[in-house]
Amino acid sequence: MQMPQPNQDVLGRKSRIVALLAEALPEGAVIHDENETRAYECDALTAYKCPPMCVALPTCTEEVAAVLRICSENNVPVVPRGAGTSLAGGALPTADCVILGVARMNEVLETDYDNRFIRVQTGRTNLSVSGAVEENGFFYAPDPSSQLACAIAGNIAMNSGGAHCLKYGVTTNNLLGVKLVTMEGEIVEIGGAHMDAAGLDLLGLICGSEGQLGVVTEATLRILHKPEGARPVLIGFDSNEVAGACVSDIIQAGILPVAIEFMDRPCIRAVEKFAKAGYPDCEALLIVEVEGSDAEIDHQLGLIKDIASAHNPVEFRESGSAEESAAIWLGRKSAFGAMGQINDYMCLDGTIPVSELPLVLGRIRELSQGYGLEVANVFHAGDGNMHPLILFNANKDGDLEKCEALGADILRLCVEVGGCLTGEHGVGVEKRDLMTSQYTADDLEAQLLVKDVFDPKWLLNAAKVFPLEVTQSRRSA
Amino acid sequence: MTDILKPESEAALAEVIATAETPLRITGVGTRGTTSGLTGQQLSTSGMSGVTLYEPGALTLVARAGTSVAEIEALLAEKKQRLAFEPMDHRGLMGTTGEPTIGGIVAANVSGPRRVAVGACRDHLLGVRFVDGRGKVIKNGGRVMKNVTGYDLVKLMAGSFGTLGVLTEVSLKVLPEVEARAVLLINGLSVADAVAAMSRALGSPYEVSGAAHTPSGLDGHPVTMLRVEGFAESVAYRAKALQKLLAELGESQIEDDPARTKAGWNWVRNVEAFHGSQGDVWRVSCKPSDAPRLAEEAGGEALLDWGGGLLWVQLPEGTDLRARLSSYDGHATLVRASAKTRDALSVFEPQNEILTRMAQGLRDRFDPKQIFNTGLMG
Repeated sequence: MQMPQPNQDVLGRKSRIVALLAEALPEGAVIHDENETRAYECDALTAYKCPPMCVALPTCTEEVAAVLRICSENNVPVVPRGAGTSLAGGALPTADCVILGVARMNEVLETDYDNRFIRVQTGRTNLSVSGAVEENGFFYAPDPSSQLACAIAGNIAMNSGGAHCLKYGVTTNNLLGVKLVTMEGEIVEIGGAHMDAAGLDLLGLICGSEGQLGVVTEATLRILHKPEGARPVLIGFDSNEVAGACVSDIIQAGILPVAIEFMDRPCIRAVEKFAKAGYPDCEALLIVEVEGSDAEIDHQLGLIKDIASAHNPVEFRESGSAEESAAIWLGRKSAFGAMGQINDYMCLDGTIPVSELPLVLGRIRELSQGYGLEVANVFHAGDGNMHPLILFNANKDGDLEKCEALGADILRLCVEVGGCLTGEHGVGVEKRDLMTSQYTADDLEAQLLVKDVFDPKWLLNAAKVFPLEVTQSRRSA
Repeated sequence: MTDILKPESEAALAEVIATAETPLRITGVGTRGTTSGLTGQQLSTSGMSGVTLYEPGALTLVARAGTSVAEIEALLAEKKQRLAFEPMDHRGLMGTTGEPTIGGIVAANVSGPRRVAVGACRDHLLGVRFVDGRGKVIKNGGRVMKNVTGYDLVKLMAGSFGTLGVLTEVSLKVLPEVEARAVLLINGLSVADAVAAMSRALGSPYEVSGAAHTPSGLDGHPVTMLRVEGFAESVAYRAKALQKLLAELGESQIEDDPARTKAGWNWVRNVEAFHGSQGDVWRVSCKPSDAPRLAEEAGGEALLDWGGGLLWVQLPEGTDLRARLSSYDGHATLVRASAKTRDALSVFEPQNEILTRMAQGLRDRFDPKQIFNTGLMG
C-alpha cells in the first residue's frame, strides 16, 4: 500500500508550525516529540503505521477552527481523528500531517426528551451517548462493535452501522445536525433539532465523507425510547444456502427483527473453542433478535419458529431468561476476539444483495481454498453486510500480501453480484485502490468535484478514499 | 420552445444535456408544480419508465426515474410490500394532474407522516443514476442496504430538485405491508397540549408511526391522531398502552377500521385540509416544541404532522410567513403560490453565507452551464 511522498517543504517548517499551533491552543494540546507522536501512528488497521509530524488536541470548536486556519494558511495536510478505531485506516497519518484529534471534546451539550435529541461534542464515545440518556429510558441507536471506544466524530465520518441497524438505520439516518469546521477554519451549522435540513442535503453529504470535507465538532443525534424488552433465538442449519433462504423468508414475512446475525462453520468452531457458548456444531448459525412487550416477542418468535421449521433447522434455541439471552449473544460478540486468539486476521466489510448470500459464500469458499487461507464468516445477514475474516500469519513472509489479494478478490466479488466494497467501515486507505472496480472515472470525478468545493487545496485527509493516481493532479496542485 | 423534451433513454438524455445551451426546466410530469414558474424548456423524465429490478426477498426495487409511483405501488402490493416513507401526493393541494413519478418524489425528497418512525425518502434511497450538467452519466450508491463506499451523493441528489443533475434511475429500499393499523384519536386539545401528547407518545416504546394534529378537523373541532402499525395483536396492545399513557391529557378513542384509518392518514399526508382553497401554502420544518408558538405567530390555518416537527400553514396570498416567525431552529418552504409570489418570496428559505457558498459551489460544478432549474434553489 502506497502513501504519498511527505512534503519536504512542510517538514522543513515543522518547528514554526508547532509554534503557531501551540500559541493557538492551551498548554499540552500540541504533541510533537517523536516518541509521543508514535501513539498516533495508526488506528485499528494496525498493518500500516506512520507517525504524524505533530498532533493537535483542541478542547472546543473555536480551537479546532484555529488549528485548521493555521494549517490552511501554511499548506499543511491535516488528518482528523476521533478515537482511532477505524478498521479501514481512516485516521492513518502521513509523515507531513497534523493529526487533529477531537478526543478532548466529549461533553454533552443538550438533552431534550420532548424533541428526542441529544447534542454532544463529537469526541464523545458512542456508548456514552446512550449512557447519557439511559436513566430516562432512551438510547442512541447505531451500535458499531467498537462502541465502547469509538467516537461520534468517527461514526459520522464513516457513517457507521452496527448489529441493530436492520431496524434503526445507520448513523446518517440518526443524525439531525452538525457543527462543521471547514478547512479554512470557518464554523457552520448544518441541520439542527428539526427533522429536515434546509436547502441541499449537505448533512447527508458530510456524513460518510471520511473527514475529507470538514471536521465535525458537535452533533445533534436522534434518541429513541428503549423497547420494553428484547429476546434472541439461535437457529442452526446444515447448509449456508438454507440459512440464507431462512433469512430472506423472515424479512419478507413482515417481521422486523432488530438484528439477524450469521456465522458459518469455521467461525462457529473458533468461537466455541474460545468462548464455550454452547453453540451447535453445524454449517451455519443465525441469531435473530426481536423487540417489544413479552407478548409481542412471543408472537414474533412464534412466526420465526414457523418459518425456520420449514427449513428443517438442526437446532432452534429460544432464550428463556436474561442469562440464556446473554449466552446466545456471547459467541457472536466474542467472534473477533476468538479469531484474534488463533491467528492474525483481516476483517472485510463488503455488502451484497441478501439474495446472493449462498452464491457468495460458495465462491468465498473456493477463493479461500485457492489461496490456501482460511476465511470465517460472521456478519449482519439481514442487510447483506458481510464480514469475512481472513486468517493469516503476519510473521510469515508474503502472508499479508496474499491475504490482501484474497480480500480484494472477495470485495470485487461483492461488487460483481450487485453489492459494494464497504457497508459500514469506510474506504480509508484499505479499499482506496479498489474504488475503480465499483465506480467509473466519471463516477469518481463527480465525488472529487465535491471535495474541490469543500477543500480546494486538498489538505484534509487527502490520501484516502480515492486511488492516489486519480487524485494526484489535485493533491499536487 | 413549447415542445416538451422527453428523451427515452439515459444516452439520449445525456446528449440533450451535453448540447443544451439554454436553461432547462426539469420535471417528472409536474404534479408538484415546483418548476412551473421557471423559464426554460421543459425536460421531462417521463420517457424513461419501467421497473428494472424488483427483489422482494431483498426488499429492493430499482426503477427508471419516469416510472409512475402508482405503477410501483401496484407492483409492490402484489407482494404485500410498500414504500414505507409514504410519499405525499401533491395533486390535490396543487390542483395538478398526471401520475407522479418516482424521480420527482426523490428529487423533492417527498415523505409522509411515517417520516417520524422510518425516516424520509432519502433514508430509503439506496442508489441513483443521473446525468449532470456536463452531460456525464453518474452513478452513486447501489442496491444494497448498507453502503459507505465513497461520498454519499445519493443523499445529495435527494431533495436537490433537479438542480445538480437529472435523475435517470433510482434504487429504493421497500418494506413489507403491515397486517393491522390503529389510530388513537383525542378530541379538543390545544395545539400546545397536542404537541405534548404527541411528544409523549413518540417518546414511548410503542413505536408510533404517525402523529398529527388539526386545530379544526372535519367537524370543526381539534383532533389529535396517533398511529400504530404492525401485527394485529401488537397493534391492539400498543394502542391500549398509548391510551393509558395519555389518559390524563384527555379521553381518546381507538379507530381500527382499515378504510377509515387509511383515509384519515391520506388526509394528513396530502394536506387535504387545504385542497381547493384560496391562499398560499407553506411548509415549516421545526422542532416540535416550537410548533405551538410558530403556529400562533403564523396566523392563518395550520396542520401539524411529524409530532409537530412539520407545520403546514395556509395564508392569504403574498403573505411573507418568514417575516412573521421569530427566530427558531428550522426553515419554511413556499409550496403553493402564484408565480409572482414565488418570485417575490423565494420558494426555499435563504441560507447563511457559508451554506449558500457551499451549495453554489456544488451547483457550479455539477451544472457548469447553469441550465438546470435556474434560480430555483439560489
